[in-house]
Amino acid sequence: MISLAGRDILHSWGKFVLTGMGLGLLIGLTLSMAGIYRGMVDDAKALLNNSGADLWVVQKDTLGPYAESSSIRDDLYRAILGMPGVTRAANVTYLTMQVRQGDADVRTMVVGFEPGQPGEPEYLVAGRHVTRNHYEAVADVKTGFRIGESIRIRRHDFVVVGLTRRMVSSGGDPMVFVPLKDAQEAQFLKDNDAIVNERARTAANPSLNRPWVPGLLDAIVASQTSNRNVNAILVQVSPNARPTAVAAEIERWKHLQAYSREQMEEILVAKLIATSAKQIALFLVILAIVSGAIVAFIIYTMTLGKIREIAVLKLIGTHNRTIAAMILQQALGLGLIGFIVGKMVATAWAPIFPKYVLLVPSDALWGFVAVMVICAIASTLAIRAALRVDPATAIGG
Amino acid sequence: MNGFGIRIEGLRKRYGDGETAVNALVDVNLTVAPGEVVGLIGPSGSGKSTLLKCLGAVIEPTSGRMTLGDDVIYDGGWKISDLRALRRDRIGFVFQAPYLIPFLDVTDNVALLPMLAGHTNSESRQRALELLDALDVGHRAKAQPSQLSGGEQQRVAIARALANYPPVVLADEPTAPLDSERALSVIRILNQMAQQYSAAVIVVTHDEKIIPTFKRLYHIRDGQTFEGHGEGRAL
Repeated sequence: MISLAGRDILHSWGKFVLTGMGLGLLIGLTLSMAGIYRGMVDDAKALLNNSGADLWVVQKDTLGPYAESSSIRDDLYRAILGMPGVTRAANVTYLTMQVRQGDADVRTMVVGFEPGQPGEPEYLVAGRHVTRNHYEAVADVKTGFRIGESIRIRRHDFVVVGLTRRMVSSGGDPMVFVPLKDAQEAQFLKDNDAIVNERARTAANPSLNRPWVPGLLDAIVASQTSNRNVNAILVQVSPNARPTAVAAEIERWKHLQAYSREQMEEILVAKLIATSAKQIALFLVILAIVSGAIVAFIIYTMTLGKIREIAVLKLIGTHNRTIAAMILQQALGLGLIGFIVGKMVATAWAPIFPKYVLLVPSDALWGFVAVMVICAIASTLAIRAALRVDPATAIGG
Repeated sequence: MNGFGIRIEGLRKRYGDGETAVNALVDVNLTVAPGEVVGLIGPSGSGKSTLLKCLGAVIEPTSGRMTLGDDVIYDGGWKISDLRALRRDRIGFVFQAPYLIPFLDVTDNVALLPMLAGHTNSESRQRALELLDALDVGHRAKAQPSQLSGGEQQRVAIARALANYPPVVLADEPTAPLDSERALSVIRILNQMAQQYSAAVIVVTHDEKIIPTFKRLYHIRDGQTFEGHGEGRAL
């Protein structure tokens, strides 16, 4: 038996291909949306992987340092280092800010780290690590900076000495790594005018500037102009220690919050990007409905255009199932063309997106299955119309 | 074989019930022998199309009896369970317009019927090519229907109607869109094919050009048939 659907598609291939391409752009958009979600999750995981930590110790009752702000004293890491199971502990700060890159602003996450400790970029793609205590930086290539260029962060200029790759925040912002002290200053210290203003305010406050307590004002001003806080302590535990057990000990004795890798992943994926994920999921549902509606409309219109031929086919003894199969195959053919076009365009335009778009083969597979199912469902309307065609309509009168 | 390709006795068809009921066929009696071509003529609304639809097993008569060859197919109810197979294997249809399937080439338009009947593709195409040759359109076997002239399309439609060698062919105004020469050519072909394949052919027509060519005619008026003799003018 010849394939009626195949012949019809070959006969009007131009219409099918053009319609398939239109559908393909929609499917490409759908695949890209899924890729954006995957990219967000991957960015979050990359952030955790790049930190090289087993535990994140943050301010008590916060979800810091990525999902909420967290501020803890920078000497606490020493106490944590002395706890059983802890092999390494290092302070880090995270500050999301705009930095100038040529004529444009680049949104970056400025990471303060201690060289040689957890939090340092694991690998470089060019240049060298930070070796000086101040004003050197390692930047992700996505920032657009090149080695030797200068980055202005708050009051200071930093020289880019190394470049790294896939070091991004959970929001996909590329990272700039600077020495911890500089990062603390950038994050917590005010500008000169603000400092002068704060000193004047403090001096004018009689409870802080008591004439009979010499040195009090100087001590308060000194505390205001120095900073001893960080956002988190990254902890590595020994291979034979359980991170959750070490975290429990830290929480119990140090009155801090300690998150394991799994907990931090849960915070980043299930909480931080949850709203975005829901947004994308809703988009996917809407796009699926729109795609289905388009396929249904196209197949239905094409079927209505063949009512007379269908009546003749039925009159000469064609099985209903043969006619239904013809329409179903056309819908699936349209879906196949659409999927191939969609996959191609999604792959082609993924690098253009400002955020990381991760196209996972399993998503493509599920997408293909979904497209086929949607097309099959969408064809039911046309099949219903075709099966209701009375063969008597082929005979005049 | 009882000597009849098709025999209809006391066929009635009523649409609707009660006061709004319409008696489309009141008392239809008709016989056509194998190899014979008869004309069925009548004014609009006389019941021609209803009769064709009953004969074509696409609508069910209200009462009466229809016999195809040796088989009673209707006698107060359908006597054959698979009407689709009946239409496919034992009745050929030729329409006012050719209604060829536009996405199949000429050969496959004809071969489709044997394929639907379960014959192999090659066997069906071979049969289609033989019929197309017999109808003098074999040279257009690979053409698309849209590439054919009106006369060629109608000949392909006749080939399709004969593809399963049916004992009955129903032709509904087959010459309406054609000029005199082509119309007579179609009737000539129908006569030849009826002889060659022993098919009983009923041609429903209004066409004054072809009415004189029938040896036997049935007039249908107000749902009743009246047998008459035609001129039987040589083709």
